[in-house]
Amino acid sequence: MSLAPLLSIRDLSMRFTKPRSLADAVARRPRKVVSALNGVELDVMPGETLGIVGESGCGKSTLARCIAGLNRPTAGDILFEGESVVGLKGARRRAYNRRVQMMFQDPYTSLNPRMTVRDALEEAITVHGMRSGAAVGRRVEELLDLVRLPEGAADKYPHEFSGGQRQRIGIARALALEPTCLVADELVSALDVSVQAQVVNLLMELQDTLGLTVLFVAHDLRLVRHVSHRVAVIYLGAIVEIGPSGPLFANPVHPYSRALLAAAPSLDPAKRRRKPAIAGELPSPLDVPPGCPFHLRCPHAGEICRREKPALRPAGAGLAACHFAEALPGA
Amino acid sequence: MSAVTLPAARPSRLKAFLARAFAKPAFVTGFAILVLSLALALFPGVLAPYDPLAFDLDAIQQGPSLAHLFGTDNFGRDMLSRVIWAYSVDMQMAFFATVFALLIGVTTGAIVGYYGGIADMIFGRCVDAIITFPFLVLVIAIVAVLGPGLVNMYVAITAVNWVYYARLTRAEIMAQKANDYAAAGRVLGYSDTRIIFRHLLPNAISPVIVYWMTDMALAILLGSSLGYLGLGAQPPAAEWGVLIAEGRNFLMTAWWMSLTPGIAIVVTGLGFSLLGDALADLLRPKGR
Amino acid sequence: MEKPVVLAVRDLRTEFGPAAHPLVAVDGVSFEVREGEILGLVGESGSGKSITLRSILGIVQPRGRVFGQILWKGRDLAALDETRLRAVRGREIAMIFQEPMSSLNPLLTVGLQIEENLLAHTDLDARARKARAVELLDMVGIPAARSRLGDYPHEFSGGMRQRVMIAIALASNPRLLLADEPTTALDVTIQDQILRLIQSLAEELGMAMILVTHDMAVVAETCDRVAVMYGGRLCETGETAAVIGDARHPYTLGLLRSIPRDVPPRTPLYSIPGAPPALSAMPAGCAFTARCPVAGSDCRDARPPLAALSGGRHVACHRLPEAAAFFSAREAAR
Repeated sequence: MSLAPLLSIRDLSMRFTKPRSLADAVARRPRKVVSALNGVELDVMPGETLGIVGESGCGKSTLARCIAGLNRPTAGDILFEGESVVGLKGARRRAYNRRVQMMFQDPYTSLNPRMTVRDALEEAITVHGMRSGAAVGRRVEELLDLVRLPEGAADKYPHEFSGGQRQRIGIARALALEPTCLVADELVSALDVSVQAQVVNLLMELQDTLGLTVLFVAHDLRLVRHVSHRVAVIYLGAIVEIGPSGPLFANPVHPYSRALLAAAPSLDPAKRRRKPAIAGELPSPLDVPPGCPFHLRCPHAGEICRREKPALRPAGAGLAACHFAEALPGA
Repeated sequence: MSAVTLPAARPSRLKAFLARAFAKPAFVTGFAILVLSLALALFPGVLAPYDPLAFDLDAIQQGPSLAHLFGTDNFGRDMLSRVIWAYSVDMQMAFFATVFALLIGVTTGAIVGYYGGIADMIFGRCVDAIITFPFLVLVIAIVAVLGPGLVNMYVAITAVNWVYYARLTRAEIMAQKANDYAAAGRVLGYSDTRIIFRHLLPNAISPVIVYWMTDMALAILLGSSLGYLGLGAQPPAAEWGVLIAEGRNFLMTAWWMSLTPGIAIVVTGLGFSLLGDALADLLRPKGR
Repeated sequence: MEKPVVLAVRDLRTEFGPAAHPLVAVDGVSFEVREGEILGLVGESGSGKSITLRSILGIVQPRGRVFGQILWKGRDLAALDETRLRAVRGREIAMIFQEPMSSLNPLLTVGLQIEENLLAHTDLDARARKARAVELLDMVGIPAARSRLGDYPHEFSGGMRQRVMIAIALASNPRLLLADEPTTALDVTIQDQILRLIQSLAEELGMAMILVTHDMAVVAETCDRVAVMYGGRLCETGETAAVIGDARHPYTLGLLRSIPRDVPPRTPLYSIPGAPPALSAMPAGCAFTARCPVAGSDCRDARPPLAALSGGRHVACHRLPEAAAFFSAREAAR
């Protein structure tokens, strides 16, 4: 792609300092630091869907929240159309968030229970001055129509809707600002399987008609593969592999991507395995190992993996952060 | 009721709420007591059978009778009329001793709960400083400095009481803040003021309202106690605490002088408590 | 050769609320589990799958009424009183839950919690109990098992806690393990580890198992047979490979097609319209009527029986040919 990226994430790091307990302070133990993101590099192209996958605690939600401006990264930069958007305040922040909106995972807590759908949408429209006067009401109807909510939904409260319908309201609220980019943090993972497809179809359709850029953060690999043009695999706060969705899922390069794909249950009973795809557990982000973050669980790890953190470099159809990217079997 | 300015969904929701409320015996009882108390407080002149300050030296310390349902005091004043006139003072106390604490406390609590950080730490130390003193002792000390009287009593109670509202509001706001709708508000570019007062507070306020109801009952007790001690309402104004204090010298001979205002305190307090309990039940959010 | 049936559930019905207008969470469910077999009970939230599982052990909260027969080794568990049921519960039939943190006591060490179960269900002495506890932790794949006996639940990760739960459940050598969404709260690589563990344990110990899940793929990878539930009723049962490869009920068909599999990227997925019915609004006929693409008026009024097909399969649908035609036409249209 020769286009300029819409969003560029440069060496982004995010550390949370845990409050020190009195006992720790007395013993002069250092404060515990959670390293949620460790140098994430990412370009998001206009109009694409970038899938971000990883296990819980890998930092994918933190990344989403940093991009939406909810968390302020401790180091690194986020560029939107070439301009830094880290730590924006007031009107500039409002202007940025008009362009970049976020949708949340939990349909039960992401809507204000005491506001009707109309109240919530009108508020978003008027705060940003998207419409005025009678046009506000018309726009509310338009938005509800866009996300296929039944007529008469406007004057109901969130608790009167099903989970899937609430996520549609969340989408409508984000679309009220006519954004360029949507960050979807586990948009459907709280929904029943039979309802997920409805919401995913809607998202893809809206993206095509409105020309949106979407960051699709999720742990469901099948869904990510289906909706994303490109996919980034995150492990312990760093991207280990990124590339076009098809080749990445068909021939993953990084050992972690391989393990993750192999561990995902398959609908094909012929693909049954007796052995788990990968042993061990995710190390604590309180204590990120030196070198390659994956070396503790990696079947191919060598001496260099314990010492040096591998950088992302071309491998397969995309980029992978592995010292042995070329040497691995099947690479 | 005029529905012109309200969207169609609202009146039916209010109606549904009232229907649920009036199906609760506790709500009905509390509501009835408070409506009656309010009527007595607003129109004592109409409802009291006698002038509360008129001496009748022919009828000194008479026991309850048809002419004087609550008996008379040591100056022959009709106790029923005095208890009724006291309603306006005591209901006023219930309201004014709490409403400023409510406003100050809720605003402070909402702000420190939302922002946290240094403001919250300073707030925490203030709370610690105030709640280490027994409530009554602190109020009496402040009144002692300011001088006795109703207004000074309101100031003294508010100065201590706001802390309790602030603590409660802070905790509720912090719990609500963890919900994604607060984060959504930030991503939607809403100002902090809007998020705090339009989104978080309406979801956090129910327990505070419930506490306020009980607190109004406590305020009557507190005001009466201060009146009894001579630090609140001043004689010859009729106030339940003052009335009980006046009767204490005659407990053996004219028990009704202290008992009847005492009953008024208990009944009114019960009204507030019942209403508070019922509201706590009613305001609990439905579903998840 | 078919193994003997260990558990047979007949016409199970579990209801809540007032007897005059009950909310029926499980409605006429019948199935069998054979020795050493893993049965998958799959459905979405509100389908009654978890309540079915809890009804077997008589631990339905809040106070559900259970009707029908639950035949365990010739005894009807539904007819047993609490004392006799307790002798079966946790000993012959054990259960593991979705959230391992809340089902372990945070104030007791893991070793104590295993030994507690051994004390209740075996006659081992203190030394033997300790040895057995180490053996159990080792069996479920907890590294350095001996040194971890004195640790508290919060010192284990989610996946390790689930392993501890399994060790506790296995302490009494149960013949049947009931697993209620044991991996839903876990990450995919950990889920994989736990599922493989459960599978190999069931095989080694010859233990039967009912695995409740909402994920068809988990069933495909783990279960010998599957029973699909919707609205408190069974809609399709059979061998896993047969049901997944050749589903017949429109709900199963729709569910499998709503999961992206062998479809071009970014094409619309099949989506089942609407949302699952509320317990208070179950139709008289088939529970799936309102969302079914081929439903007719007969479906709304008359409840389809769970009828036998060839190959030990059962399907409850009035319109099997129409459903097959509808979905194959959709396939052809691609």
